[in-house]
Amino acid sequence: MNAEISTAPAPLAAGEPAASPPGTLALQWATVRVLMARDVVRFFRQPSRVIGALAQPVLFWFVIGSGFAGSFRVEGAQGLGYQQFFFPGVVTMVLLFSAIFATITVIEDRREGFLQAVLAGPGSRLAVVLGKALGSSAIALMQASLFLLLAPLAGVSASTLNLPLLVAVMVLSALALTGMGMSLAWWVKSSAGYHAVMSIVMLPMWVLSGAMFPLKGAGTWLSWVMLLNPMRFSVEGVRRALYGAQASLAVGSPMSGAGLEVPVLLVFATVFLGLAAFSVSRRE
Amino acid sequence: MPDTSVSTSPAPLLHIEGLTRRFRDRVAVDGLTLSVRPGEILGLLGPNGAGKSTTFQMLAGLMAPDAGRVTFAGRALALSDPALRRQLGIIFQRGSLDDLLTARENLLLGARLYGLTGERARARVEAMLALIGLADRGDERVGTWSGGMRRRLELARALVHQPRVVLMDEPTQGLDEAAFRTFWAHLKRLRDAEGLTVLLTTHRADEAEVCDRLAVLDAGRLVACDTPAALAARMGGDILSLESADAEALARDVREKLALEAKVVDGRVQVEVAQGHAWVPRVVEAFPAGRLSSVSLRRPTLADVFLQLTGRALGADVPTAEPAPRRRR
Repeated sequence: MNAEISTAPAPLAAGEPAASPPGTLALQWATVRVLMARDVVRFFRQPSRVIGALAQPVLFWFVIGSGFAGSFRVEGAQGLGYQQFFFPGVVTMVLLFSAIFATITVIEDRREGFLQAVLAGPGSRLAVVLGKALGSSAIALMQASLFLLLAPLAGVSASTLNLPLLVAVMVLSALALTGMGMSLAWWVKSSAGYHAVMSIVMLPMWVLSGAMFPLKGAGTWLSWVMLLNPMRFSVEGVRRALYGAQASLAVGSPMSGAGLEVPVLLVFATVFLGLAAFSVSRRE
Repeated sequence: MPDTSVSTSPAPLLHIEGLTRRFRDRVAVDGLTLSVRPGEILGLLGPNGAGKSTTFQMLAGLMAPDAGRVTFAGRALALSDPALRRQLGIIFQRGSLDDLLTARENLLLGARLYGLTGERARARVEAMLALIGLADRGDERVGTWSGGMRRRLELARALVHQPRVVLMDEPTQGLDEAAFRTFWAHLKRLRDAEGLTVLLTTHRADEAEVCDRLAVLDAGRLVACDTPAALAARMGGDILSLESADAEALARDVREKLALEAKVVDGRVQVEVAQGHAWVPRVVEAFPAGRLSSVSLRRPTLADVFLQLTGRALGADVPTAEPAPRRRR
């Protein structure tokens, strides 16, 4: 350890900080950007996370996909095999898992003191929430985009692909899910507790979103739960963007294909991010 | 550069008045009024549960006070006001460094959070790395670093945006003697270089000794505020410390035979006397051989001062320790 004290002077003369304080908006934006960039850098510095992020969706898609392939039949959707049906579900799963992971880091950051230091700074709590949400969404989108390179194998053709819709649905879903995760995470003090929340709330949401089995085949009460599920809009949105409105309507709710996904997801993203900001700003 | 002398600047840089925080029906901080003078190092001294950490959390903007006002450089400001937050550099008990980032990246992150950009941010980061003597290790990830090096980097991170006041919560907790001394050498050097004012919490007597002034807290109240020397001078004489197989019985006998005020602290009998050297032979002669296993004489330390002021030992936990809300495992 180098215990020597350097005599290099700090450049104090470079301008008094009080003379030109950065604007409030500039500060908020700086907080958002710093937190977002940090999460992306951290992601790439954990090789196990990168490998897991790439391998997991592919494994899921192949293993579960081929397991169900033999017994899957949907009327009115000729040529839509289970591998195709399940593909949008795996895309949303990538978004969900990434959001869950990001919210676990919120709990860790809070325990480690990193978050305390950020909250003690001049940035607002909304900026902290947005920075975290955007960072996690960026990771989720990179991951989902890589998985989407397999789309030709899942029978997605250029004629049905709606790229703007796909991007909009993925971005809004990532933001909504991260916001939801963070609103929950703030009330949970340990990552163990958060795992419980995750398996009771977030995973069932994905299973009942129309990702694993179609809404049409489900029983009445179950189909109601599925209809009200926010994640349904993600799955239906991705499905419509990849395979067109007809395919989406064949396996989805009566409303799928009506173009409601983007506005509804926009509302969910706003509400959940607002809720997260509210939870974070509730000071003890 | 602000004046760094201690006694000649009566106008406080940071003035806290009537700061109060309750947890249910217990008052953790009770009407704390405190003036921090520019350039001084002011220590909040007290055992765990005295209200130090609650005070710190409020000043750090993480906990809302129930009552109280804060004035910074003559301006009344809310604790959450960004104008105040920018002037404070904060070191938390739990490190705020990101283990996966390098030292340089950690500092740059801290600088950007406070709105520094581009060349200005980079220049500050390099200057801080040089000031803490870690310029050649800036590209190492901090996850592998020793506690002492991490603490110094925390210091640099807290100061990278050129705050006027640095707040530290038990900054040298868990550091060994060498790392403790290095940290404080750097802190004092930085204080002089940057014209800093320092407010810290501590329950280490050795750390209290190196502060310019001490605010002694007990059960949420300020019981004394003075220089370490002046506080030590409040204790009239010397401390006579006696060891015996049965400390309680010995304390009783000292009271009866010698008419001295004796109390038992950590299994030893302590007597505060003027001219202690004259008392040593008298005490030794007053008891039969073998009754005393050791007799020692020393100048009072801040731990003794604290004991006298509050009736509590500095290292001890107060039974009603505060429920530090953000510290749960």
